[in-house]
Formats: sequence, C-alpha cells, structure tokens
Amino acid sequence: MDNQMHFEYNVEGGNFTRAGYASSQIKKILKQLNVDIAIIKRTVVATYEAEVNVVAHAYSGTIYVDIDTEAVKIRLVDEGPGIPDIDQAMEEGYSTASSQVREMGFGAGMGLPNMKKNADKLEISSEVDKGTTVEITMFLNEKG
Amino acid sequence: MKIKEIVKILDARVVCGEEQLEQTIDVAFASDLMSDVLTLKNDNVLLITGLANLQTIRTAEMSDISCIIFARNKKVSVELIELARENEMIVLECRFSVFKTCGLLFNAGVKPIF
Repeated sequence: MDNQMHFEYNVEGGNFTRAGYASSQIKKILKQLNVDIAIIKRTVVATYEAEVNVVAHAYSGTIYVDIDTEAVKIRLVDEGPGIPDIDQAMEEGYSTASSQVREMGFGAGMGLPNMKKNADKLEISSEVDKGTTVEITMFLNEKG
Repeated sequence: MKIKEIVKILDARVVCGEEQLEQTIDVAFASDLMSDVLTLKNDNVLLITGLANLQTIRTAEMSDISCIIFARNKKVSVELIELARENEMIVLECRFSVFKTCGLLFNAGVKPIF
C-alpha cells in the first residue's frame, strides 16, 4: 500500500459559493482513511477557516495536502494582499473582513485563533502585496 | 430528544432528511455567526440559525452537525438543499423568531451547550 498521498485544490478569491469545497473533499479523504473522528473534525475546522480566509481576502490560492502515516499537512498558499502584522491578526476580535464576508457569518476576528486552537501546529508567513502561506499540521498518532 | 418531536414542537417544515427524523440530538446552539459554531467541541448538536446560505451548510458539515433549523421564516435555496442532502443533513424551516424557537425547545427540555 502507498503510504504517502498528495492532493491539490484551487481556491478562487471572492467565490463564496465554492468556499469549503476543498475542506469538504479533505474531510471525505480522511474519513476513507479511517482517521480518528476527533482529529478529522479539528483538521477540517482549521482548514475550512483557512479556506474561508483565502476566499475572503485573497485573489486566488492553492491548497496542498500531504498525508502519510504520521501526519496530515495542509498548506494554503495564496496570492493576495498579505498580512502586515501577523501578531495583530492572531488577536481575537481583530478583523479586516468586508461586509460581504460578515454577511456570510464570518469576519468576527475568530478564524486565526480558532485555527490555532484546532491545529497541532500552525505556521503563518506573509508578504504584503504578495500573499500568505498557512501551514496546518495534524499528528495522527501521539498527539490529539 | 428526537428530531420528529422538535418538528412537532416548532410546527416546522421538513426540507430534507425526512427519513432521519428518528435521530436524536443532545444539545442545541443558536447563532448567526458561523465562526462561533466552528468553535464548538460537542457532538450531536442541533443548530438554530437565521443565516440561510451555503456557508451555514459547510460550517455544519465541518462541525459534524446533522440537523439545522432555519428560524424567522428564512427560506432555503435549491443549492442549499442539494448541499445538505449530499451531507445527509436534516434541514427544518420554522416561522418563529430565533428567540421563540429557542424558548420552545428549552421549555421542552432541550439542553444548551453552556
């Protein structure tokens, strides 16, 4: 059996109809792999928050998923405005979301903190006017 | 509580998931803010909301929520029903405000999360 898997999904900035599609596909894959349901929930909640962020803030993005027997790594790379101050963005309640995003039930400044709570490891790097990369790591064995 | 009892209490319309009304829920949560829903750790949650868009269904999907009540007479779209069906969810529409919906269910013994 192949014990390394790789998937990629495109995310379109501004397209709220499709937001969550990639996270939904990732959930189906993890279910098929019989990953523990509590780990699946934490993984897809963190990924969905990140995917919604790409749709809400960026022009386009790609989600790279790598799964092996140890961990699930999800890397969201977007082209967009970037985050000038990541520490500030991590603060609960801080948001730059548009009214359209708020109408969708988001934009309360809770996404990044909630990603941090759910992910085993969360790494964010960003360059203003270029884009943002978010890496979510979930350990399948010891942690969780 | 069984979903079919909830349908009766709220005089709700079953939009989809008719074959699953024997299912039970442990607790209920009401919010129009999906970010709040995404912070819940509980299983078997009933979601009461007035926000009827696709992201409500996506949020429920990620949170393992299988029953949603759209209160204050919100009508769901065909696309929303399709996505809910794909995820084997029970979707109810009810004409009462979120406050009254919650009050009726609370009175009937449905427990809050916190």
